Formats: sequence, C-alpha cells, structure tokens
Amino acid sequence: MSQNQSEIRYLTPPTVDVKKKKYCRFKKNRIKYIDYKDPEFLKKFLNEQGRILPRRLTGTSLKYQRKVATAVKRARHLALLPFVTDLLK
Amino acid sequence: MLNQYETVFIATPVLSEAQMKEAVDKFKSVITDNGGEIVHEENWGLKKLAYPIQKKSTGFYYLIEFKAQGDLIEKLEVQYRRDERVLRFLTFRMDKHSVEYAEKKRKAKVESKQKEE
Repeated sequence: MSQNQSEIRYLTPPTVDVKKKKYCRFKKNRIKYIDYKDPEFLKKFLNEQGRILPRRLTGTSLKYQRKVATAVKRARHLALLPFVTDLLK
Repeated sequence: MLNQYETVFIATPVLSEAQMKEAVDKFKSVITDNGGEIVHEENWGLKKLAYPIQKKSTGFYYLIEFKAQGDLIEKLEVQYRRDERVLRFLTFRMDKHSVEYAEKKRKAKVESKQKEE
C-alpha cells in the first residue's frame, strides 16, 4: 500500500498558492464607527441577495462584525438597503 | 445625565413642502418642549426606498440629532406612531464614537462650504 502511494506522480505539480492573509479593515484603518447612512459602503459586506457576509469571508474582526450587522439592520429598517433582492451589485 | 440621540423619520411623499415643514416643526417642538436640545438637523429630501412601505416607493427623509433625557424617547415615538404622515422612524442613542463621527462629518461639510466661497 505504502509503495503504491509513493508512485503517484502529478503531471503538473500541485500548485500551493500562498493565501493572502485577511485583515479587518476597520482595525487597519482605525474606523471606530460604521455609518448606516452610507449604503454603498455597507454593500461591501453583503452578498448579491442582500445578506450579510460571514466574518470568514470578509475577515472583519468580531467587534466590528457586530457593528456592521447593526449598521446594515438600521439601513434596512430605513429602506436604505433591501431585506432581500436579486442582483444587488 | 443627558444622552445624545439621533432620530430619522420617513414621511409620505404626498406631502407638499409646507406640509413637510409643518411635520418637521411638530417633531422638533416635541423634543424642545420636553426638555431636549437639538444639536443638528439634516434634510435628506425625497429619496427612493429600497423596498415599498405602505405601497409607496419614495419618501422624505429627515434627521434630527438631539440631547435629552431618556424618557423623552417614548413620548417622541408615540407621536411618530400616531402621525399618519410618518412611514418609518428610527431612534437610537449615540455612543461616543458616533458622536465623534457626526461632529467630524459636520466640520468637514462646513470647511468644504467655506472653500467654495
């Protein structure tokens, strides 16, 4: 068995791409307050259906993810952002 | 201790300019009559809504920042609910970061205006 495994040869060497480290843009730019009045900015944290993207995709830290979430919810309440749509972007 | 609050309401688009002004004055007087102090106000004008509210697709937005005791909020929101002209409202207490942000934004606006002149 172990011999068989060692005989696997790839035609093209498997690419090990270096992952770009995600970072929290609020920490980096020292943004303390997230404004709900700016829907264009908040759209960066939404997917095309208007759902809030998870932290693991955006890289936002937990503290600011919570603030993003409240800002998005406030914007939705005031009809600055839709609750659900298609093709937001 | 006084808290700083921010309130935004959406009025129906069927109002005329004078009627809108009257509605704004009404809510402003609700704040000032109950011991609040208006810090800033902003008229966003007629805006398109992201989704229809009460079958209307546009609305007049108006923002008021004020300092007041917490018990004023309930009185203000009761007035909002009773008023048929108001489609939606949002009131929240500003934390120190948002106060700072709002002040900065206002200052930037004043400066840009001065530059134009």
